[in-house]
Amino acid sequence: MNETTSQTIRQRGARGLRLTLIALSLLVAVLFVTSLLIGPISMPVGESLRALFQGGEDPLVLVMRELRLPRAVLAALIGAGLGLSGAAMQGYLRNPLAEPGLLGVSGAAAVGAVLSLQSGIAATAALALPFAGLGGALVAVFLLALLAGPRGGSLTLILAGIGVSALAGAMVALTLNLSPDPFAANEIVFWMLGSLTDRSWDHVLLALPFIVLGSAMLLSQGRAFSALTLGEDVAATLGVNLTRLRWTVLLGVAAIVGASTAVAGAIGFVGLVVPHILRRSVGARPAHLLPVSALGGAALLLAADIAVRVILPGRDLKLGVLLAILGAPFFLHLILRTRLAQQR
Amino acid sequence: MTGAGMDQELLTIDALTVREGSRDLVAEASFSLARGECVGLIGPNGAGKTTLMRAALGLQRAQGLSSLTLLPPEERARQVAFLPQNRDVAWPVSVRDLVSLGLLPARGIGLHVPQTVAERVEAILAEMELTALADRAATSLSGGELARVMMARLLVQDTPLVIADEPAASLDPAQQIALMDRLRSVADAGRGVLVSLHDLGLAARYCTRLLAMKAGRIVADGAPMDVLTPEVLADVFQIRAQMIDTSDGLILHPVALTGRGG
Repeated sequence: MNETTSQTIRQRGARGLRLTLIALSLLVAVLFVTSLLIGPISMPVGESLRALFQGGEDPLVLVMRELRLPRAVLAALIGAGLGLSGAAMQGYLRNPLAEPGLLGVSGAAAVGAVLSLQSGIAATAALALPFAGLGGALVAVFLLALLAGPRGGSLTLILAGIGVSALAGAMVALTLNLSPDPFAANEIVFWMLGSLTDRSWDHVLLALPFIVLGSAMLLSQGRAFSALTLGEDVAATLGVNLTRLRWTVLLGVAAIVGASTAVAGAIGFVGLVVPHILRRSVGARPAHLLPVSALGGAALLLAADIAVRVILPGRDLKLGVLLAILGAPFFLHLILRTRLAQQR
Repeated sequence: MTGAGMDQELLTIDALTVREGSRDLVAEASFSLARGECVGLIGPNGAGKTTLMRAALGLQRAQGLSSLTLLPPEERARQVAFLPQNRDVAWPVSVRDLVSLGLLPARGIGLHVPQTVAERVEAILAEMELTALADRAATSLSGGELARVMMARLLVQDTPLVIADEPAASLDPAQQIALMDRLRSVADAGRGVLVSLHDLGLAARYCTRLLAMKAGRIVADGAPMDVLTPEVLADVFQIRAQMIDTSDGLILHPVALTGRGG
């Protein structure tokens, strides 16, 4: 084994990762700027950017700084969080069909938000609804911890997640069922479709700490996800503390998904699709897939949020709906590919 | 190598018991394993070999003592490497990446791979004749190739103690011999090996010592000649075997069934 060969081998993986990260960062940057330039009021590009950076009394400044910028920041933030959560869930469960919604936290956050809409609390303060969503997510975490117990493998956690999801779904259905007021029911249904329209800096500030903290937790577990490639027994004998990993995944994903759902409603498929598309680009390495999926998620959500404004400008096409329309065929493609691989 | 220091005992197990319901999967198992030993764990299916290994590693709840479970996880990973029977690889990572996982306990946090680590992986890949497969996806390998990759991952961890569960299963004769030669040379180099085997011929020829298990109990412990007696073979395996001491080592071949419970 000569020096140069081992040098190239050592660098190949790292360079591949770096290139992917740079390419995705550029994509996110381009989509972010594009997102800032799109809205119901069409304005020249130069004027928009001048308003953004120079400020002033112009109403354009208000549009750029208080409407479009927080919207784009939220899309990037939530997309990154969901992409990362998806990569973490797939790595933890060693399953390409896993996604953040499996834990039931998004469902529970939706219950909190729906109850606040139903009871009218949502109308009392600007952030009442997202806070109610966060409360729902917190309840879900307690339930999961209670059901899954302090120790044990990934299976009990996922069974607990399925239980919490089912309960949350039933609660939302019950709320809709008993809603005396068709207007409130309508509002609930619309909120659940997921959207980033008219979100403010307050929403950003509410979600930011949770998403950043959750992301830091998940990113710290790269080695553990890599070790899990060979199963839980090997991972444990490679020095991974499986109990700590389980809690970190649970709390990290819950923080990200809970905060995202609380401010933007139910946005599915990002966490499922993004790690899948990007897995090949990092040689399937679970640790490298984490940062790459975060950037990929940000790009996908920014792109989708641009698309909903471009495709049907006047109709308020919901983000969650668009992603589901795109995501469902992708899911079918995944199943077909898995089936073909098994037949080989 | 770290951990054991001057201590000759690499593993001490005392009255280890794994209970499931009212049944003892492992009952009061006691033994120790010293440097230089290649200990074969033999016994029929369901005798408790895998459970004993997992309990010794702390992967399974058990009563009694195993010196390995006293160590914190990171320290244990530098003391013992484990190859389970399950060879399931979750992701299509390259063979090189998979083998490199054995270095997780030794290397620092982060995505950067230090030079020395890369060299150690390349050396093991060459030794196991895997260099040509290094960039292939581990999920696309044949059973025999995958078994070699798993062995390479085990060896690259470079621990004083190696525990392998049925590593010879699904290997062709040449690969079985290569595998056992390798495990034996690990022991001869002053490390320790605990390996479960179904093939009594391999156990007789390559192990320095055998532990025979029956219904969760260790019923015989000693040199292959002393363990593979007609009485033990009849009691534990219900078989009769021919055994010849040759210049190539001990040759054992099962030839007939004995009566059950006789």
